[in-house]
Amino acid sequence: MASTLKPEDAKQVEEAVTWALSNGEPLEIVGRASKRALGRPFQAETVLDLSDLSGVIDYEPAELVLTAFPSTPMAEVEKLLAENNQMLAFEPMDLTALLGGTTTVGSLAGALMINSGGPRRIKAGSARDHLLGFEAVSGRAEQFKSGARVVKNVTGYDLPKVICGSYGTLAAVTKIDVKVLPMPEKVYTVLVLGLDAGAAVRAMSAAMNSAHEVSAAAYVPADLSGKSGVSYIKGAGASVTALRIEGFGPSVERRCADLRSELSAFGAVEELHTMNSQSFWREVRDVHYLVTPMPDPVWRISVPPSAGASVGEALSGMDGAAWFSDWAGGLIWLQLPASDDAGAGAVRAAVSAAGGHATLVRAGHEVRAAVPVFHPQPDAIAALSMRLKESFDPKHILNPGRMYAGV
Amino acid sequence: MQMPEPDQSVIGRREEIAAALRAIVPGEGVITETDSMRVYETDGLSAYRQLPMIVVLPETTQQVADILRYCKEAGVKVVPRGAGTGLSGGALPLADGVLLGLGKFNRILEIDFDNRAVVTQPGVTNLGITHAVQDDGFYYAPDPSSQIACSIGGNIAENSGGVHSLKYGLTTNNVLGVEFVTIDGEILRFGGKHLEADGYDFLGLITGSEGLLGVVTEITVRVLRKPSTARAVLVGFPTPEEAGACVAAVIGAGIIPGGMEMMDNPAINAAEDFVHAGYPRDVGALLIVELDGPEVEVDYLIGRVREIAEANGASEVRISESEEERNTFWAGRKAAFPAVGRISPDYICMDGTIPRKQLPEILTRMSAMSKKHNLRVANVFHAGDGNLHPLILFDANKEGELERAEAFGADILTACVELGGVLTGEHGVGIEKRDLMGEMFTEVDLNQQQRVKCAFDPDGLLNPGKVFPQLHRCAELGRMHVSGGQLPFPDIPRF
Repeated sequence: MASTLKPEDAKQVEEAVTWALSNGEPLEIVGRASKRALGRPFQAETVLDLSDLSGVIDYEPAELVLTAFPSTPMAEVEKLLAENNQMLAFEPMDLTALLGGTTTVGSLAGALMINSGGPRRIKAGSARDHLLGFEAVSGRAEQFKSGARVVKNVTGYDLPKVICGSYGTLAAVTKIDVKVLPMPEKVYTVLVLGLDAGAAVRAMSAAMNSAHEVSAAAYVPADLSGKSGVSYIKGAGASVTALRIEGFGPSVERRCADLRSELSAFGAVEELHTMNSQSFWREVRDVHYLVTPMPDPVWRISVPPSAGASVGEALSGMDGAAWFSDWAGGLIWLQLPASDDAGAGAVRAAVSAAGGHATLVRAGHEVRAAVPVFHPQPDAIAALSMRLKESFDPKHILNPGRMYAGV
Repeated sequence: MQMPEPDQSVIGRREEIAAALRAIVPGEGVITETDSMRVYETDGLSAYRQLPMIVVLPETTQQVADILRYCKEAGVKVVPRGAGTGLSGGALPLADGVLLGLGKFNRILEIDFDNRAVVTQPGVTNLGITHAVQDDGFYYAPDPSSQIACSIGGNIAENSGGVHSLKYGLTTNNVLGVEFVTIDGEILRFGGKHLEADGYDFLGLITGSEGLLGVVTEITVRVLRKPSTARAVLVGFPTPEEAGACVAAVIGAGIIPGGMEMMDNPAINAAEDFVHAGYPRDVGALLIVELDGPEVEVDYLIGRVREIAEANGASEVRISESEEERNTFWAGRKAAFPAVGRISPDYICMDGTIPRKQLPEILTRMSAMSKKHNLRVANVFHAGDGNLHPLILFDANKEGELERAEAFGADILTACVELGGVLTGEHGVGIEKRDLMGEMFTEVDLNQQQRVKCAFDPDGLLNPGKVFPQLHRCAELGRMHVSGGQLPFPDIPRF
């Protein structure tokens, strides 16, 4: 019977880890529990429930910094920021639907722990580019901090970087300083309809290489565009190549017009205005097009953007495959029919050839236990990952095995 | 500045070590003559000098790997060096150490516009990357003031920033991948042309690690399309308080300028004497706000910034109407350091960051410190991100002035931390701020950082004496004291 420790502050988190260490009991760290289906399945009898460490502690819009407890619901953070015309520029994903959940409950720390990064990744970076500082309890049951509450800082090692994307395997975070940025006044999207994957990557590259400051570039093939909730895209009956332009009103209108005329050589061009744009990019961000059929496996594949078309097309040759791409081709979301290995062999071979990595984001428990969820690493890097893990968590108490077996 | 005690037994093996290195790097790549090593005895923190035991200048990644493997086996310390422009003493040699210079890694390997990436060797200068792509309308965004000379490898080591980092980020936000050699001589690759590396973010950890974790031998950076327009607004304010309020109001209006720089009255006058940029001499603070981007956006925002400046008490507002005029606005700011160099025999440049709202407070404290230490100070700031560069003026030929200047600098940085800021915004800790780390971090914090170093370099051979005020053996850091088997603090709610 699993037990749950529910600390109310950082000191109690330290006490809980002390107890776990002395008993050799691994802990599963949980905030809002929206991402438990991500990563490798692992066994922990005891849950370290951080949901009581919640709430914004300090927010000064003019300083561009927000400090909060880790389990602060993302919705609460985003609402507060929006009231001040600000946002988390890394566009944290809401994976609730993709992972089969029903209500949106993700936390701020959860977004950091998976190094979340939405469509704006190509311009503004991912969570790791926005975490300024943190406090945490290590697997040694020690409270420590790194970084600070200012936007420019190089004092000591940049541990906020390694904490992001560590899936709770290094430390239990108890406080977060994150960078915030102004929210754009207007968000427009230029659409080019009916391109094949190769032409789409060329069009996205041309847009990214233009002076129009494109903040997102995605390609949804014809077989998926009909799943959009944006009526214009749903009814397009063709593939959609989408380029987002955002910022101050007069600038957005002008850049959008210029980009439309430059891309008209590729095909028929249309545009979405703010409301529809926001809906569309939320769909891209949250992998809406591959939510169904549930629970077919879904891969998240990172490759050089120019390889987006060739990798996408190679993978689409697999039986029952469906895919779309974000990040100007650099991020491919791929769905395959359920199988024992979720197609891992073929996926990883195609991705490795292009130079990149593939993560199995959605698959049944048994598949994720059998197939490496994260891209296998060369031995020397795997050994370094183990040493890094042990520098924070020598007894493998915190989320052991969540990323790599034995780490 | 106390450096680790040189190991005389290693120095005694100098000839043997040099011979072994010559077997790896043939020809003139191993330097042992004192006169030839002199050029390596200091970096941009020139108050500190130390001849290295041996200088080695490899040309290939394999040579770097062989050198590091040899040094590990032979127990020899290694200090990596890029262009030697660093301001915190990160490349200060050790008397018992090999200085590993990356100057021969000076080629750009690939320009890939389809992926907006440049693959380069680490010895290429920061500006060299922009030069390689500017004819096609691209540039590399981070722009440390030493960009004409500093190497991109050094930028990785220090996580360098610059005037544009508020909008475009530091080095760490603009690097896609590295080839990295460990002290074990293993050649690893993190990241590449794809947008994020997998697994733990070693790329992010290596960036800004000041040469303590390994040696970077190849770098992939992202390059950006150069904004089609840039214009600057020059604003004078009666006092720094009003300038600070203006900066907050610009950001509050949702505007992130390409650059937002402030100078105080002593810095304004020193710059004006030197380059005659036409700065108003009687203002308490000068703000340069640069807007870059599409022309229509820049023209729109220039108007908004002017309104905000006037609403915040500006005594003078000038808007650049030509590229020449924009460059004139910048000329004084860019020449601020040499300008201060003209009015004082020596100066040291500090690099703290504060929450921006604390600007008036830190300036008030600095005035008091200036009186206490009886030394002048001129201030330039990256105002948008709260990064201060106080320039402390002194004369090294006067007994005790260097020590007083350093004490003044330490007081400033301590005050930055007290006000919620940090010791260094972009120059690095090196030796300069090493002994102040305890102002910002607890022993537990610093020990955790050193354990991370142990994961890369368990024998502590890479750049020892930098960053950490106290060196601990990795075995000692790794020890754990786990108490009893009972839950010691039963007050945690359990279910």
